[in-house]
Formats: sequence, C-alpha cells, structure tokens
Amino acid sequence: MAWLQSLSPDTETTLWVMLIGAMTNTACALLGCYLVLRRMSLLGDAISHAVLPGLVVAFILSGTLNVGYMFLGALAVGLLTSALTETLHRHGGVAEDAAMGVVFTSLFALGVILIKRYGSGVDLDPGCVLEGLLEFVDLNRVEVAGHSVPRALVSIAPVLALNLLFLVVFWKELLVSSFDPALATTMGFRAGLLHYVLMALVALTTVASFEQVGSILVIAMLIVPGATAHLLTDRLRTMLGLAAAIAVASAVLGQLAATRWNTNTAGMMSVVAGMFYLAAVCFSPRYGMLSVLVGNFRNALTIVREDLLAMLYRLEELAAERPLGPREAIQAVGGGVLATLGLWSLARRGEIQRDHSAVRLTERGRRRASQIVRSHRLWEAYLVRYLGLPLDHVHEPAAHMEHYIGGRLQEQLAADLEQTGTDPHGRQIPHGEPPPASGTAE
Amino acid sequence: MTFLTWIVLIGTSLLGSVAGVLGCFAVLRRRALVGDLLSHAALPGLCLAFLVLGQRHFGGMLFGAFCTGLAGVGLVTLVCRWTRTKEDAAVGIVLSTFFGAGIVLSSVIQNQEGGGAKAGLESYIYGQAAGMVLQDVLWIAMVSAAALVVVVLLFKEFKVLSFDPAFARTQGWPTLALDLAMMGTLALVTVTGLPAVGVVLMAAMLILPGATARFWTERLGPMLVLSGILGAAPGTIGTLLSAGVVAGWLGFDPLAFGPTATNLPTGPLIVLSGTALFLFSVLFAPRRGAVARLWAAARLRSTTARENLLRTLYELSEPRLPDRPAIAVEQLLTHRAWRAWQARWLVRWMSWLGLVERTPEGARLSESGLGKARGLVRTHRLWERFLIERADIAPDHVDRDADMIEHLLGREIVDALEERLAAQGGPRDAVPQSPHEIRRTKDEGRMSKDK
Repeated sequence: MAWLQSLSPDTETTLWVMLIGAMTNTACALLGCYLVLRRMSLLGDAISHAVLPGLVVAFILSGTLNVGYMFLGALAVGLLTSALTETLHRHGGVAEDAAMGVVFTSLFALGVILIKRYGSGVDLDPGCVLEGLLEFVDLNRVEVAGHSVPRALVSIAPVLALNLLFLVVFWKELLVSSFDPALATTMGFRAGLLHYVLMALVALTTVASFEQVGSILVIAMLIVPGATAHLLTDRLRTMLGLAAAIAVASAVLGQLAATRWNTNTAGMMSVVAGMFYLAAVCFSPRYGMLSVLVGNFRNALTIVREDLLAMLYRLEELAAERPLGPREAIQAVGGGVLATLGLWSLARRGEIQRDHSAVRLTERGRRRASQIVRSHRLWEAYLVRYLGLPLDHVHEPAAHMEHYIGGRLQEQLAADLEQTGTDPHGRQIPHGEPPPASGTAE
Repeated sequence: MTFLTWIVLIGTSLLGSVAGVLGCFAVLRRRALVGDLLSHAALPGLCLAFLVLGQRHFGGMLFGAFCTGLAGVGLVTLVCRWTRTKEDAAVGIVLSTFFGAGIVLSSVIQNQEGGGAKAGLESYIYGQAAGMVLQDVLWIAMVSAAALVVVVLLFKEFKVLSFDPAFARTQGWPTLALDLAMMGTLALVTVTGLPAVGVVLMAAMLILPGATARFWTERLGPMLVLSGILGAAPGTIGTLLSAGVVAGWLGFDPLAFGPTATNLPTGPLIVLSGTALFLFSVLFAPRRGAVARLWAAARLRSTTARENLLRTLYELSEPRLPDRPAIAVEQLLTHRAWRAWQARWLVRWMSWLGLVERTPEGARLSESGLGKARGLVRTHRLWERFLIERADIAPDHVDRDADMIEHLLGREIVDALEERLAAQGGPRDAVPQSPHEIRRTKDEGRMSKDK
C-alpha cells in the first residue's frame, strides 16, 4: 500500500471512499445497462431530479430524517415520475421527451419550494444532494456486528445486493422484455409490471446513493458504464460485466485523481467514466469511430481499385490506340489521394503494370477485371429484363452494384437471364471462373 | 411594486418569452431535453472562464458557458451519428460528464479562493432571479432581440428543419449550419437565463411553453407567438407571487403554508406557474385536450350504441314490417354483446329520445325511430354489398366489417355507394335485402358462457 500512501496521506479513508464509490457505481451501472438498452437512459436523470419533493414530503409527514421514510417518499415520487411521463405521452398526446422534461422539472421546482417552506434548519441542502459528500463518507459511522463502518455502506450494500438479486431472478424476463417487449407480452408475462419494478429499483438506488455520492454521479453511473459497454459487446452478460468493471474502475481512478488534484470526488468519478466512454467511442473494435473510419476507407479503396481495373478492361476491349498514362487513369476515377493510392496498391498486388507513360493490366488483373465487368453487365441486363428500365438508366446503378455482386449472385443472375452473351448495350459479357472471394467490397 | 420588482418582472418575462419561442423548435424536433443538456453542459464553461479570467466577469463567463454548452450539443450529434449510442443515452452521458467536470472545476475554484467565489457559481446552479439588476435586464433584452431576429430571418429554414430535415437536405440547404444556428441561439438564451433560474429550471422554461402551445394550434407561426406569450405569463405570475405582490392585491397570501414564512424563490414559482398552464391545456384545450378527446370518444360510443340498438330492433322486426312489433330485451341480447342492464338502460334512454316506445313486452320502434333505423340498415347493407361485390369478401364475413364502419360512413360515401350499386342494377331507394341470414347471433361464444 506504499504507492497508495504516497498518493493520499489517509489510506483508510481512501479505501472506504473507493469501496463505497465502487459499490454505488456498480449498483447504478447494472440497472443502467437495461436503461440504455430500453432507451430510457434519461428516466434515470429524471427520477434522480424528481425524488426531491418525495424526500421533503417524507420529512414533513414523518418529522424525521429517517432513512426508511426517505426511501418510501423517493420511491413513490420515482414511480410517479415514470407513470406521469407515460400518462402524458400515451393519453395526453405529448411527445415522450417533452413529457419527461415537463414532469421532472416541475417536480424539482415543487421540491425546491417545499424545502424553502419546510426544510429550514434541516440538512436537506440541494447542493449536497447534487454534488454529494463522498469525501467525508468516512466520518459518519455506525456499528455493525462490532465493527465500525461508514453509514453509507449500510445503505448501499443492501441495494447493491437487491439489484443483483433482481437481475439474477428476472434474468430471462428482463432479457426478453428489453429486446422484444411484444414477445414478452405474448409469452405471458407483464412487461409493463417489470418496467415499473425496474423504475422502483432505479428510484431506490438513487436515494440510497444520493446522500453520500450525490445525484450527478448517480446519473452518470446509470448511463455511462452501460453505454460504454454497449459499444464494446453484443452480449448482455458481457455487457453487464464490462459495465460493472468500468463502474469500479471509475470509482478507483476517480478517487485517486480527486485526491491528486484536491477536488470533488463524485465529479471526478463522473469525469473518469466519461473518459472511458470517450475511449470506447474512439477505439471500440467494432463500433468505434476509428474502426468505422478505417472500414469506410478500406471500402472506398476497394471500390476505387475495382473502378480502375474495370476501366482498363474496357479500354482493352475498345482496343484503344494509345495506352492510358498513370495520371490519366487517376483522373478518370475521380483523382485525389484515394485514386493514387488505389493505383499504387493495384501495382503492388501485381494486377497492373505501370511505368511513367502507361498502365496495363496483367493477366491476373485482367481476370479480376473481367469479373467486375461481368457483374456490371449482368446487372444491367437484369435491370432491363426484369425492371424494364430504359437503356440509358442502367449504367449508373450497375456501377454501384458491381462492387457488391459476388460469385453466388453472378450465378443466380446468369440463371435468371435467357442469354448471357451480351449486355443490353450489345457489349460482350465476359466469362471466366468466378472470383476467389464471394463479395469484393464490404 | 418597487422598482426592483419591476426589473425582475421585465427580466423574467422577457426571458420566459424568448425561451418559449426557441424551445418550440426543440419540442417540435423531439429534442426537448436539449435545454437540460445545454444548461448542464454550461457549468464547466462558467468555471473555466472564471479560472482563466481570475474574476467574476459576467460576459466572459457567459461566453465560456456558451462554448461548452454548444460543444456538448455538438458531441451528442457526433456520437449519435458515428456510433450505436442512441440519442437519449448520448444526452445523458454528455450531460453528466460535463456537469461532473463542472463540479470538479468549481471545487478547484473553491479550494483556491475560499468559499466566496463559490457563492457566485452557486447561483448559476440554483438561480437567483430576485438578484437581477438593471444591467442583467438590458443584457437579456439584447439577447432576446438577437434571438428573435435570427428566428424571424430563418423562419422558413427552421420550419423545414423542424418538420422535414430530409427535405431540407434534398433542397441543398446547409442543414448542419442551420442546425448550428438554431442550437447556438438556443444555447445563447439558455446561458443568459442560467443566473436567473438555474440549471434544472432553465430546462423547464424551454420545454413548457412549447409543449403547452402545441395543444392550442397546429400552425408554426401562431405556435411561436403563443409560446412567447405562454413563456412570458409564468415569468410575470411567478415574479409577482414571489415578490408578494399578489398577496398585496388579494389581501391574503395564497402561498402561506408551512412553518416558515420566507419569500419563496422566483425560479421554481415561474416553473410551477408554467406547469399549471400546461396542465390546464392538457385537460381543457379544444380538440387535443383530454376533456375534449374523452368527450369525443364518449359521443362516438353513445352514437354507436344508439345506432346499434335501432338497427337491431329494425332487423328483428323486419319480417313483420310495416307493423312495429315489440321486441323483448332478452331477444336483443341474443343479437348483440350487451349485458342485460346495458340493453335496458339503452332502451330507456332511447324512449326518452322518442326513437323507441316501451311496451310491457319489451321495446318497439317509434315512427321516427323506424325512419332513422331504415337509413342505418340501408347504410349497413350497402356497405355489405359493396364488400361482397367489389372487395370479393364472402357474404357471411361482411356483417362484422360493416358493423364496425357503418357509424363512420358519411352522407357522401353512402351516396357514392348507392350510385355504384345502382349502376349495376341494384335497388335505388328501398332498404336492400340482407345478403346474409339475420338470425345468426354475434359473439356466440360469449352468450353460451353467460348461460
């Protein structure tokens, strides 16, 4: 623990903050996965704002700051938020986002007014509700089985356990109703009821986390880990695991960073979680921006390469007097860096031969080019034969499709056409063995 | 009213009005929560500006807030476009992360300078409308004027962008730039309002007027004007309530509840006034309001029940026409899925209307009821024949379809049906023969269950 001590002087406090932060974050992140999948992310945001009047009313009615009453009040208002939003949307004809916005801001306003009137002298400071006092979690302690532990642990541990239990017991139901509510209904369980149970748990988790970690961290943890995990995997089980891992990592790193720069812990944890999301947005292997960009680029390169090959093939067909120069070839497929790169990569693959004055197909390149031209002309013939398109309208769609027609589709097209000797323009459709890979461009 | 109250009144009304107008577009574009996003994402900008400038410089801090707010909206657009994250999650992520960063920065400020500096930032989170001074109002007026000029100049573009962005793109308009202009104006108004009403309540001021106005009109121009008014009204009402002016007028304080008698904060009162207007519209707006819609639904149900009774009575007495025999209620029940009390109540109501005469044996059509029933049966059977002849549906399948639609067929459609069927040699004026057996009861399963 020397390294920890070097970072923060008070190791025990640091560990407690990390532990409680990690537990809170995990409790939120697990539920958050389902919120993200059900496209209800903002309901977490709405509920955590709207519980304010619930807390105050519970205080007014009970006269104490007893945690149990607070839970009940917040639970009631949390469910009310969800129900009111639903009612306004379904029966009032208000768009869902507007309905939610109206409901939670109005309830929040009501809460602020009630606090002003009834909360004087009571420790119901909206500032504390928002930012939390995670740093001081260590100070407020209770005795449990002879050990002195922070009070926050006593409130968050059961909630985390309850959330886990809920996920395990209703695993199948949650899975089906999250991805296909209609199927859930036909299978005979009430997706609506499950929705409200989920809302109740969100409200419960919110309140349990509230006092110590503040609502902004709750909102962040309800959405960010789930959304991050959703970018990284397509399986629910893995998604939940990843979300929990991100939640714990945010707690640990957030606390370290907050100690390092002497600033608000809950805010820092949210920021760290946001950084995780940013990293996933950029570098997720399947859904990240980088891989999408690389994929798009490779696709574009394939298309430009195939356009070059097809063009050279057509020139050979026309028996042009003069071979095309490299610069002309690049200009002919649109020019620019991409075309230059395409020409270069064709030469590297041994599909063309180039010198400073001429570009020619090699035998290998000719075979490949004939496949592309075959796809193009078969598609043209198909469009004329079956869609009845006029002759001057078929080239353009075929120029798009040629990159996506693989061997199987070529065979099918050929089988559907009576004659495959010539295309509608009267040009010969080249034969040759089917291309090695099924699709050419992705 | 004191001069200070006037200042606050003008400021909040102006702010509410211009927020309402711009919020309309957000509501129409299903981006109602963009206000929430903007106001949360403004916080780190405020703090950064403070850290850079080293003092509370009003313009500089607003500029910082404007920048990060707009950056937040831009990030949401970018993330939605490039990844599988949906808009709701993207809004939540940017909102919480930016706000978290704001809290981190404000905590840094607090540790640097002691509590004093924080108090300044606090007012941006919770709002301090009552602390408005003349300079703030002038600033709000300037921003409002600028925002309104943008809306007026780009009215046509914003309109198309709100209702059919794909069309705007096909017209070759710079949709991205227009979107940026719209969101930029929205961001400007939002950060201007933050010191007055705070983060959460600013979001409400952007949504409420637009959502309320939507109930009263279907046209964008009137909707904008209306939401301008519906934004200004809560601003005025809330300020007057908060300043105790209303209490002065009424002679008692309508907000006198609870143990403490402090003045209530203006921001929440403005929002709750707006909520009251919204709820009123949800309930009582003509056509779109809940009461109007329930009323329309009830009227349709009652018309349907009335017409069903008349037609059933007619068809049961058809063999003995032109006599009008009495039909027992029990016999009615074998033909429709009514409960006994419903049928009895229906007969009583219809006899009050003079369409049915009650006899000891049951009910029979009155003269006027017979005339009406003849028309209804005619509509029903014309539609049945149309279905059989034109839609090629089997004669024993048409009754149910016709039963459902007959109440909605207007005079014109019935005339058109008549023309078509008459052209094929159908009867012109009399009630046509039923193409299927009348005695078959509907809902046989249910009837047998009842027994």
